[in-house]
Amino acid sequence: MSSLEGDGSATVEEQASAWAQVEGARHPDRPYSLDLIQRCLDEFIELHGDRQGGDDAAMVIGLARLNGRRVGVVANQKGRTLEERGRRNFGMAHPEGYRKAQRLFALAGRLQLPVLSFIDTPGAYPGVAAEERGQAWAIAQTLEAQLALPTPYLAVVIGEGGSGGALATLLADSVLILEHAFLSVASPEAAAAILFRDAGRKQSAAAALRLEAGNLLEWGIADEIVPEPPGGAHTDWDATAALLRPRLEAKLEQLVSQGVNPARRRERYRRLDGLFAV
Amino acid sequence: MSASPTHSPPPAAAAQQSGAVVCAVCSSKQTADEAAANLYVCPACGAHARISAHERIRQLADPGTFKVWDEGLEGRDRLGFFDTRAYVDRLDEARLRQHLPDAILSGSAEISSVPVGLAAFDFGFLGGSLSTAVGERLARAIEASAEARMPFICVTSSGGARMQEGVFSLMQMAKSVSALHDLAERHLPFISILVDPTMGGSIASFAALGDVILAEPKAMIGFTGARVITQATYEQLPAGFQTSEFHHARGLIDQVVDRRQMRDVLSRLLRVLAAPPGDVPQSAA
Repeated sequence: MSSLEGDGSATVEEQASAWAQVEGARHPDRPYSLDLIQRCLDEFIELHGDRQGGDDAAMVIGLARLNGRRVGVVANQKGRTLEERGRRNFGMAHPEGYRKAQRLFALAGRLQLPVLSFIDTPGAYPGVAAEERGQAWAIAQTLEAQLALPTPYLAVVIGEGGSGGALATLLADSVLILEHAFLSVASPEAAAAILFRDAGRKQSAAAALRLEAGNLLEWGIADEIVPEPPGGAHTDWDATAALLRPRLEAKLEQLVSQGVNPARRRERYRRLDGLFAV
Repeated sequence: MSASPTHSPPPAAAAQQSGAVVCAVCSSKQTADEAAANLYVCPACGAHARISAHERIRQLADPGTFKVWDEGLEGRDRLGFFDTRAYVDRLDEARLRQHLPDAILSGSAEISSVPVGLAAFDFGFLGGSLSTAVGERLARAIEASAEARMPFICVTSSGGARMQEGVFSLMQMAKSVSALHDLAERHLPFISILVDPTMGGSIASFAALGDVILAEPKAMIGFTGARVITQATYEQLPAGFQTSEFHHARGLIDQVVDRRQMRDVLSRLLRVLAAPPGDVPQSAA
């Protein structure tokens, strides 16, 4: 029996608040990963390729220093200009991008590099070629690689955290999220299409999914919200980086001094929803 | 969280006893008894109908050996989710209809006398979607198998994430992959069987990580559904896109196995995998 009781239980205010979060995270002038990497890390050196035949520009990997420590970097990367947006595929990786991330995790393990991950993707690319080359398998293997990484691992969601594509580089020991960023099981448009059979009801879906950063903190999925400058990150990239950098430094030092191990990380993700007594 | 009487298995093929079973592909008819004997595979065209988790276990486990795990373990509506209906109402309805607490049934069993951990998704329960309870039951089944030193077999039929549980659903991908480490650590095999359909967050986590991956013929398997791909990219879909055979041809699935041979294939796999490893003294295994 279908019921037409309405548009979800969210009030107009709740919908507006959730949607503002989405619009902030997607703002065209928002700093992207490389903008923040350049401002927060020292001596960033980009590496290229998955060593299996591909180099996906939607996923950036490299080496850098933070607070004097060497780190491995993995980042979703969106494009700013028309040309770059195409080349970066709007930050949506193909399997080669996830395999490139796996390469960085393997490299970090071998060289004992702590890993910093910057998350900003609408999701994994939904295309024929991606499916033909094993998109689901590539994401699954990247999840596994993160949970086996033997070095400290810090992630920060800087914009959109879309679905499994975001999760592929999010399973860190500590997860930070910028004030106007979000993490979601599906884009609000996709969720609306599934729930209401109408992608236009994206604001209702955004509210029902409760995807504001504050909820992630309350639920223990994120450990800290990093404030943005007044008006949002898009108004001032330098100020955004100035707020982020000390948080990255402090968290990295904390993780290094804790002597993180992958068993503890697996335990975090095994128990995360906290619903079930063990 | 107490075990509910509604979660015990229904009588065999109860839903089909009312009359003829009609093949959804070629429309040929079988009696309910014939359909059950044919494991709900159409003898005329070979189409594999979707079956419940209870029926799946009946087909794979040696008779009388299945002992259910975590019988009463249920989730709850963490987000207070309401779309066109309240999520709690959808859950209650699915529990009654499918005779399950959530979209997966798991337990210990024997297959040709080899003890295994065995889990089966139930697509009829909210599309076999990944809720926190499904993720928890799956993770516990993996851990219980590892603890008992048994191979783990999971038959997945899942549309992916359960939207009504939002980001908690997403995190079940991480939970299931975390749990799989327990099997790997003890050198125990995970056999992943993909049946129609296995999509989204399910195939992009535990289901793709089988040491051996089998699939039923013509099952739809993929990260993004064909309709969404077409809408997002306007791409032409190649023939047989996202079928078991399509992925097998690309090296992503080991074997496509007809349901009527699945028990035999599993038995042979288990016999080989249960043999002592070549490089370790048997006493240490």
